[in-house]
Amino acid sequence: MGQIQLNQVTKSFGDVEVIPPLDLTIHDGEFTVFVGPSGCGKSTLLRLIAGLEDITTGHIEIDGKDATALVPAKRGLAMVFQSYALYPHMSVRKNIAFPLRMAKMPQSEIDARVENAASVLNLKDYLDRRPGQLSGGQRQRVAIGRAIVREPAAFLFDEPLSNLDAALRVGMRMEISELHKKLETTMIYVTHDQVEAMTMADKIVVLQAGVIEQVGSPLELYRSPRNTFVAGFIGSPKMNLITGPEAAKHDADTIGIRPEHIDVVESGGTWEGTVGVAEHLGSDTFFHIHNTGLGETITVRAIGDVSLKHGDTIHLTPRADEIHRFDAQGLRIA
Amino acid sequence: MATKASRSAARLMMAPAVILLLGWMLVPLIMTLWFSFRTYLPLRGGDQGWTGFDNYVRFVTSSAFWPAVLTTLTIVLSVLIITVALGVLLALLLDKPMWGQGIVRILVIAPFFVMPTVSALVWKNMFMDPVNGLFAHLWRFFGAEPVSWLSDAAMPAIIMIVSWQWLPFATLILLTAIQSLDSEQLEAAEMDGAPTLKRFYHIILPHLSRAITIVILIQTIFLLAVFAEIFVTTGGAFGTRTLSYLIFQRVLESQNIGLGSAGGVYAIILANIVAIFLMRIVGKNLDN
Repeated sequence: MGQIQLNQVTKSFGDVEVIPPLDLTIHDGEFTVFVGPSGCGKSTLLRLIAGLEDITTGHIEIDGKDATALVPAKRGLAMVFQSYALYPHMSVRKNIAFPLRMAKMPQSEIDARVENAASVLNLKDYLDRRPGQLSGGQRQRVAIGRAIVREPAAFLFDEPLSNLDAALRVGMRMEISELHKKLETTMIYVTHDQVEAMTMADKIVVLQAGVIEQVGSPLELYRSPRNTFVAGFIGSPKMNLITGPEAAKHDADTIGIRPEHIDVVESGGTWEGTVGVAEHLGSDTFFHIHNTGLGETITVRAIGDVSLKHGDTIHLTPRADEIHRFDAQGLRIA
Repeated sequence: MATKASRSAARLMMAPAVILLLGWMLVPLIMTLWFSFRTYLPLRGGDQGWTGFDNYVRFVTSSAFWPAVLTTLTIVLSVLIITVALGVLLALLLDKPMWGQGIVRILVIAPFFVMPTVSALVWKNMFMDPVNGLFAHLWRFFGAEPVSWLSDAAMPAIIMIVSWQWLPFATLILLTAIQSLDSEQLEAAEMDGAPTLKRFYHIILPHLSRAITIVILIQTIFLLAVFAEIFVTTGGAFGTRTLSYLIFQRVLESQNIGLGSAGGVYAIILANIVAIFLMRIVGKNLDN
């Protein structure tokens, strides 16, 4: 069980309101990702759910029970911190056992649970080491181990992968996703990396300045972003947002077209420009195109290695049915 | 610092400091050893030649020796316990955000800037004077008979004065250690269900162990040689004669430099025994 419901939750630090009234429901077993630029309040929101910060007004319900005034330990949630927050003077075994010892569980039960967590997370060989003797990925796993032994109602992850190098991050991403499939426990995951959000989430919550911009599955957000912020934030490289006369042709204030939805043609395309930087990834090539007369640098993805160089003229045709239209407030026009 | 040339250059440049330091330590040490084997009575015939181990035997067999060792160890131990315990509490308090934090911190550190002689005199005359001292007034306010601290409770009085002087040092070191504790660790422990006292015991105290070790080691070195506080208050009377005070009396009051030097060598041995003992107990905290 692990349904979490926020009703009209707000948070202010002094006079500064970082989270205006906010409603959100996280269903049991869901992998929910809070994503947004730094300073958007996503970590604060997670800490409010954890109970590490008091909410200013509103209510938090966990499994249908009001948890607004409960201390963190009583909420039945486990958290994995950005710095892992392992206890440096304890062995891995003691680190993982700490929450169980605090709960005054019998020693035999503690041992069984620690062994179990260690085998799930491939930590068996490291149980008697100190955190200082482990690599970043192993520390991460210990932190997760400390969370899973408690068998919490939900896991909270606060940017857990941001201290790992790129290769390890991809690996840990998979491991956390696998873990979620195995445990089927509610997980809330905070990140500023939209790739992590897209690859892991059942449900993405896009936040900006404490306000939820859109909630939906990764593909919903990709296919129909509710506004220009979500459109620009989700997807890599970013969606091209074009204003001015070109947008007016489509009866919109802003139009958006993703780099992968623009075709490079030999001649006679809708748009024409000069190639700036070309990023050759082998499988795809990203061109940054200037002087299109659209007022913005346009990013285009071409499949494979297209042999256009810096300064070449390029002809482009956007796919008409993939153009997103937004009004003056930046909201999507259906 | 890898090439041969740079390494020998480094050695050459460190040489003056090393030689100066060695001379600084070795000359007095060798002179102490030298005098400890001689009969040297400056006012009664001066240097009268070798006596072998006579001075050493006389110093230990004197009835004042073992009480002096005991007094020294009592003062060191009591002051260590008081300063570390109160230091941890004060550091925890000062770590909390509060109004006027900067001023409070300076005030807490202030006693460390007062010279030992001055602070001992202030304590003696302003607080512990049995007629006009603040304590005497306080005692009388509650209808009690004022305590003549420096004669009736001389050891507690000395321990109090010395602790007051060294508390800022302990607080300062422990405060910086507490400030270096990752707050996420405390939050993690809170999420793991550890209430305040358990968080202190399982997270904060282990984090402080290294700082406490350093406080204990440094303070022990200085506390073994406490002198001014005793000199200006009790003058070594009422059971407050430490080993260093006994040596002072032998050299200056009895005018026996040979005997005093032998005492100095004993003091070195005692300090080393204490140091080894401490290293065994707490030094392993410094390893990892």
